[in-house]
Amino acid sequence: MDDMDRRIINELQDGFPVTERPYAEAAKQLQMDEDELIERIGKLCKDGTLNRFGPMFNAENLGGAVTLAAIRAPENRFDEITDMVNAHPEVSQNYAREDDLNMWFVIATETPGRLSKVIAEIEYETGLEVFDMPKIEEFYVGLRFAV
Amino acid sequence: MTPDATDKCLLNAIADGLPLTPRPYETVADGLGIGEDEVLDRLERLRDSGIITRFGVVVRHRELGWRANAMAVWDVPDGLVDTVGEKIRSFPFVTLCYQRPRRLPDWPYNLFCMVHGRDRATVRQQILEINDACDLRALPQDVLFSLRQFKQCGAHYAPARPDKTKHREVA
Repeated sequence: MDDMDRRIINELQDGFPVTERPYAEAAKQLQMDEDELIERIGKLCKDGTLNRFGPMFNAENLGGAVTLAAIRAPENRFDEITDMVNAHPEVSQNYAREDDLNMWFVIATETPGRLSKVIAEIEYETGLEVFDMPKIEEFYVGLRFAV
Repeated sequence: MTPDATDKCLLNAIADGLPLTPRPYETVADGLGIGEDEVLDRLERLRDSGIITRFGVVVRHRELGWRANAMAVWDVPDGLVDTVGEKIRSFPFVTLCYQRPRRLPDWPYNLFCMVHGRDRATVRQQILEINDACDLRALPQDVLFSLRQFKQCGAHYAPARPDKTKHREVA
């Protein structure tokens, strides 16, 4: 990753044009060629620096539901339970954390009703209680990483 | 606004990423059988109405050196949680802050705050700063660092597709 890549990452975390030639427009701001920008983004996606290049959604504004859930996975079943949880396409993030509640994941569904079904399915498959902690109030969302 | 079926197809078409072509929205439009103008109009609307919160680079923060990922949690009296939450949002190292329900007796905490940093010592120091500035030292609290990340992908809303990042473990 060189300085140009860093500028791409820093500049394009906040937005990308919705116009006919968005790469050309963004490239102009970054003072590089359209072709080069496209190529560099492709390379950063391929080498795993970027998760993806595209939109982030707000599931609730889309009429869906999202929650943060946690389970207490016994150490000897941890990998098996990880597989069971991640097999659900509605699970978008999953982290092992240092706590008695040691697996934390985000579930986002197209409809509010589907959310409770996914939780019930995970409870049934794993035999473990899922602690459902949907947000009550959002104070800040600003997931940005300067490189 | 309520997104219609075409909006949902559009969102699914770009959920894994925009095409890396000079006219990416035209590529998407062709795939959906609608016009490029319509795709642009719909995306504008989806963005203005807060359904698309952000458009652009989604980084794998761990690969970029942000390896210490802490979920700091406090049990804040319900009457104070708004005031504290509003204060916490001003710290530059805080990436997310939410009030969530307690799950007693297993989980007594109601204020959740994510701090991403390059190392644990720095993150612990930053959480101390929050404690001092918001007068939280005396409150029950905990810090849960992440050990492994198993999955990071955009949410998908319609028929599930195979997830390339699934089971990807990151130390």
